[in-house]
Amino acid sequence: MAKYLLLKHYRGAPEPVNNVPMEQWTPEEFTAHVQYMQDFATRLESTGEFVDGQALSPEGTFVRYDGEGRLRVTDGPFAETKDLIAGWMVIDVETYERALELAGELSAAPGAGGKPIHEWLEVRPFMTEPPNITE
Amino acid sequence: MDEALLRTLPPTVISILVRRGADFAAAEDAVQEALVTALRVWPDDPPRDPKGWLITVAWRKFIDAARADSSRRNREMLVESEPGPDPDEIQTEDDTLQLYFLCAHPSLTPASAVALTLRAVGGLTTRQIAQAYLVPEATMAQRISRAKRTVSGVQLNQPGDVATVLRVLYLVFNEGYSGDVDLAAEAIRLTRQVAARIAHEEVAGLLALMLLHHARRPARTGPDGRLVPLAEQDRSLWDTRLITEGIGVLQAALRRDNLGEFQAQAAIAALHADAQTAEETDWAQIVEWYDELVELTDSPVARLNRAVAVGEADGPQAGLAALAELDPSLPRYTAVAAYLHERDADLVTAARLYADAARMAPSLPERDHLTRQTARLNAQLRG
Repeated sequence: MAKYLLLKHYRGAPEPVNNVPMEQWTPEEFTAHVQYMQDFATRLESTGEFVDGQALSPEGTFVRYDGEGRLRVTDGPFAETKDLIAGWMVIDVETYERALELAGELSAAPGAGGKPIHEWLEVRPFMTEPPNITE
Repeated sequence: MDEALLRTLPPTVISILVRRGADFAAAEDAVQEALVTALRVWPDDPPRDPKGWLITVAWRKFIDAARADSSRRNREMLVESEPGPDPDEIQTEDDTLQLYFLCAHPSLTPASAVALTLRAVGGLTTRQIAQAYLVPEATMAQRISRAKRTVSGVQLNQPGDVATVLRVLYLVFNEGYSGDVDLAAEAIRLTRQVAARIAHEEVAGLLALMLLHHARRPARTGPDGRLVPLAEQDRSLWDTRLITEGIGVLQAALRRDNLGEFQAQAAIAALHADAQTAEETDWAQIVEWYDELVELTDSPVARLNRAVAVGEADGPQAGLAALAELDPSLPRYTAVAAYLHERDADLVTAARLYADAARMAPSLPERDHLTRQTARLNAQLRG
């Protein structure tokens, strides 16, 4: 099994096909979307492929060490353009192809008009432990 | 196996081990190990005397640990054999109370106090606590052992402050997440234990507050997990038995005329519980209780909730005026503003504020709820 991170971006990914912002959806479209996401996670749990999923608040800052006892905290200069991660799901699957397949399903979550959003998701393999047997 | 019964035993058994000469940290570890063993073997082989079993096994675990420890340090054994039954080993009410004080000691951070209380008093395993707070078991184990080191110099017979215990129990009730264990029910069980041991108005107030909020829980979320606001809840789902109990506990406390923040919050919850429909809610009295609460706590959250109540009692303009006096960076300020603007028939402003509030929401259910409100208003505005 191999673990993959499925990353969802608020910003920084290419535009989705069905690009109507969530607040413009009807309540029914929104409910259908939430249901799809819940069903997806539940199904992955039942197949033994779900590891973790979390959503992040869009609020965020950059912080760096700026000398003894000093911190630099900033939201800019890239505040409006910076890549913004909305959340993630970690899956543990047999193959890379399976990871792509699942990301594709997640990207097909319905949005405005009940049609798939075709949202871009990023699939990143986890670094693994080195094997015990190397020869 | 009666897991609920098992979970009532650890405080007694810890106290007995301490009286036999173990220090609190070692006694607590030994009882936790005995508890984990009990969960494993009791289902197939239930003991005739659960408490006696737990005392015996915990004491052996303690001896084993002490022996391993002393052989490591090449020291004399202090404790050798298992003592016979001791007539003094009867649980006194104070033992459990002293454990509450120790686990909520002011030197502990809130998260540590919560974890230690759930384990030493609540009889939960480290794994259950870790699952409830969504952290790895090893992390929770470290948090608990650091907490025990922090209070290692505190004697069990020192007087404690009941207010710190109440804060810990409030946190368990209010910020419990998920997992196998119902932390809200657990908080109520533990608060009942404290209330049975001290006649204190605020202990009663907190118990009443928990009972009244717990009573509404079946109505608070829809079948798909979405939040249902108070005004839209199906009140026939409210647990009338818990409401009756909560109101009884609160009234007895209020009669003693020593008001505190938990009693004031419980009084607000009781007024909501009293209304057969949302329209029958006595908002004028609720505003008065929020005035008391603001006076008692000076809490900005209380002021924010007061603005909502003023909006219901005296109209949305009055609510917005009350809101205008508060700091807009308060959590949930924008959601309250959106609600009051909608009540004031300014749907455009309300829709924009609901969208802002959804972006700032601290939890997914709230974000979904606020996004739904935005969607509802935008659909209305499109006609």
